[in-house]
Amino acid sequence: MPYIANTDAQRRAMLEAIGLSAEDLFADVPPALRCGPLNLPEPLSEQQVRGRLAELAAKNHVELTLFLGGGFYDHFIPAAVYALTSRGEFYTAYTPYQPEVSQGTLQAIYEYQSMICRLTEMEAANASLYDGGTALYEAMMMALRRTRRHKILIDDSVNPIYRVMIQSYTRNLNIQLVETANADGLANRRALFDELDDDTAAILVQNPNFFGCIDDYTDLAEAAHDKGALLICSVYPISLGILKTPGAMGADIVTGEGQSLGLPMSFGGPYLGFLATRKEHVRQMPGRIVGRTVDAEGRPGFVLTLQAREQHIRRDRATSNICSNEALCALTALVYLSLLGKEGLREVAQLCADKASYAYQKLTDIPGVRPRFHAKWVFNEMVLDLPRDAGDVIGRLIEKGFAAGFPLSRYYKGMDQSILIAVTEKRTKQEIDMLAAALEDVL
Amino acid sequence: MELIFEKSVPGRRGLTIAQAEVPTSINLKAGLLRDKPAELPELSELDVVRHFTALSRLNFGVDTHFYPLGSCTMKYNPKVTERIAGYPGFAHLHPLLPQLRMGGSLTQGALQVLHEMDLLLREICGMAAFTLQPMAGAHGELTGIMMMAAYHRDRGNQKTTVLVPDSAHGTNPASAAIAGYAVKAVPSDADGLMDLKKLAKALNDKVAGVMLTCPNTLGLFNPHVREICDMIHRVDGLAYYDGANLNAIVGKARPGDLGFDIVHVNLHKTFATPHGGGGPGAGPVGVVDKLVEYLPVSVVVKREDGTYALEYHRPKSIGYVAPFYGNFGVILRAYIYIRMLGATGLERVAENAVLNANYMQTRLRDHYEVPHPQVCKHECVISASRQAKRGVHALDIAKAIIDAGFHPPTMYFPTIVKEALMIEPTETESKETLDAFTDAMIDIARRAETDPDSVTSCPKTTPIGRLDETKAARDMDIACLP
Repeated sequence: MPYIANTDAQRRAMLEAIGLSAEDLFADVPPALRCGPLNLPEPLSEQQVRGRLAELAAKNHVELTLFLGGGFYDHFIPAAVYALTSRGEFYTAYTPYQPEVSQGTLQAIYEYQSMICRLTEMEAANASLYDGGTALYEAMMMALRRTRRHKILIDDSVNPIYRVMIQSYTRNLNIQLVETANADGLANRRALFDELDDDTAAILVQNPNFFGCIDDYTDLAEAAHDKGALLICSVYPISLGILKTPGAMGADIVTGEGQSLGLPMSFGGPYLGFLATRKEHVRQMPGRIVGRTVDAEGRPGFVLTLQAREQHIRRDRATSNICSNEALCALTALVYLSLLGKEGLREVAQLCADKASYAYQKLTDIPGVRPRFHAKWVFNEMVLDLPRDAGDVIGRLIEKGFAAGFPLSRYYKGMDQSILIAVTEKRTKQEIDMLAAALEDVL
Repeated sequence: MELIFEKSVPGRRGLTIAQAEVPTSINLKAGLLRDKPAELPELSELDVVRHFTALSRLNFGVDTHFYPLGSCTMKYNPKVTERIAGYPGFAHLHPLLPQLRMGGSLTQGALQVLHEMDLLLREICGMAAFTLQPMAGAHGELTGIMMMAAYHRDRGNQKTTVLVPDSAHGTNPASAAIAGYAVKAVPSDADGLMDLKKLAKALNDKVAGVMLTCPNTLGLFNPHVREICDMIHRVDGLAYYDGANLNAIVGKARPGDLGFDIVHVNLHKTFATPHGGGGPGAGPVGVVDKLVEYLPVSVVVKREDGTYALEYHRPKSIGYVAPFYGNFGVILRAYIYIRMLGATGLERVAENAVLNANYMQTRLRDHYEVPHPQVCKHECVISASRQAKRGVHALDIAKAIIDAGFHPPTMYFPTIVKEALMIEPTETESKETLDAFTDAMIDIARRAETDPDSVTSCPKTTPIGRLDETKAARDMDIACLP
């Protein structure tokens, strides 16, 4: 069923109007370059495809109680979010090149940019990037262009998934990427200050960091600025319901993964990279930006602006190659934040912190379970040391119905017994109690 | 329309998220907290629903209007794909689950979708293997060029330059540059195709590869494409196929058979996933045998026992380009589409897309300049150069077509055609729609002769008129701050 409207009679009439046969329309493709019939499975009807995909969906174990985070979280998504973002007027439109027939998308992106600025206390945000990792990479590239320097410092408590992505992207470029080892779960000041020099473009940190620890990077911002470098901070947007903002710390560029703002986990995407900065760096920003202006009659309206930065104008000298971004995911985040509102976001963040705090108490009461770090301040994720290999324990807990956390040995040496546990507002007291009981049972 | 922030009423609440249940035991150090809550709007759920419903009505989309935006393949997006992507077994699946020990068994359904999608794309494109990770077409280009760089590094080749035709999408030179290459444009010949003599002149040992769209952005298929690939291969360069226009030849010809080494496919174009107002898309990349070892990790493999697993240990891999396995939700929708169409369905897609484009070109050629009047593929490029002499430019025609109830074609691209209007109808549109659109275009051409002001003053039916873009760039009002 190829979703084609024209009938055979209509096709004949069209070919007659053109004055060619159906074969003539492909005469420019030499026979030697044609493929025969493709070897694909037989077509399925809608009913068949729904049945088949329901079977595949059933092979995915979404019934597990999730204490798994690692930068990607199981938050509650209000029904109104999808009801609004799935309107065909939004999801079947494209990049708003024609502002007169795209004011819905354009105003929404402007509001999204405003929302990200308010959340992070920054001055400018773009219309979205692919995900938190590519957003951090783009921020790093901005800093390299802005400072015309070659060295990047990155704290190893930045999400390791982002760090491996940045390593891939920079392999063919003339960049010195220096990773500093964390000090007891926090950014290692001494190592960073030692490495910070006149060729350093930026320091990259994350808050809360991959271990869930909360930090205040004001000192790093000041030190970076003293050397003419920038501070780039990746954040977990939900945490900004209560935590000190990167803007208040003096960060120059803020990025993050927007999945937690109303997007389903969807096995890794589509997600949402956000990027915000100060006005002085706007012309180095990658991606689309929407601005407010007026028409000839003075009526306010929205357009894509500062396009001279972009690939369709600047080609090989563009700030980025990005074209399609994650507009619908940005709209999702906007609708989510609008539904929660000022008090709702604060409440969700506080609930995450409270429930994580409760879980921390319950879990560390278990004999042999200890906090890995001395850092007292965590948001909704924590690293605990178990008396046994964490990977094994997680495997045993899967059998009991829990995705209990992430084994840190996957990315960090010497952390074989460490587990990263996340608690969102969705987890109930009963679920936390049951996890504690199950963990005690398997240890 | 008022901004959502202007509708805020202090103290108003939307929904309640969750029950407290546990004591507020957390006692974070004050210095780590924000001084005041983020200035988000305070609204009821109904306020929010009204606001975004009203905003949506200011948009044209494929569901509401004919949207012949050239090079973007704005075809109909089947609703069934939305329904299935919402199944909890897919939507609520945490991407780290398969990375837990024994976790692979928890996501077999999703891994099977990914693996089968790889196989389907291999067959459709004639390639040895695909990565599904790139999250958009341009991201696929970057991934492809990174593999190109890895290949040359591995062979000790000292390559510095990537060639693109002058008609290329802007993303091609931008992607090559970001991956660390210099970019050189090869001019088109009088027929609008890459000039083989000029290509021969540009070729040398420093050339890492060439990036081609085929059919190109003029909608023309280059019958010498195999020759171009052979020429590149003779300097140990690689041929890159930009799949933006795959809709024209899907089921008819395969990039791999044409001689290409690397291919990206825009799932949101050829395979009907929603464009979302500017994404999310997906840009899987396929490669020939000699490049398979450079594919990003992870790779989904099928084991002998019939189960699926993720493979990470690939010493020559370029590494990670995405946090996980790509835009799974988009890949899933495209997978469903391919499974529903099958081989014959896909071939019908190309045939009807090409028929529709040629029908429009035929209907318009007496009224507009058609710089390359030969048979086109899935899109045709016309020029408003005749109308421009009367002061009516491509931009004016685009705005006038809005008043006739259609989304405009792509304007001023490709840049090698003056006053270009690039029209891509796609296969899902009916003859009635094409007739109505071309009638409106013919009427605009007539008015350009008799009453040009009636065209240059458009649009008149939209909530706002043409916007002051200079003011937008100058004022830089890009956020409403408290």
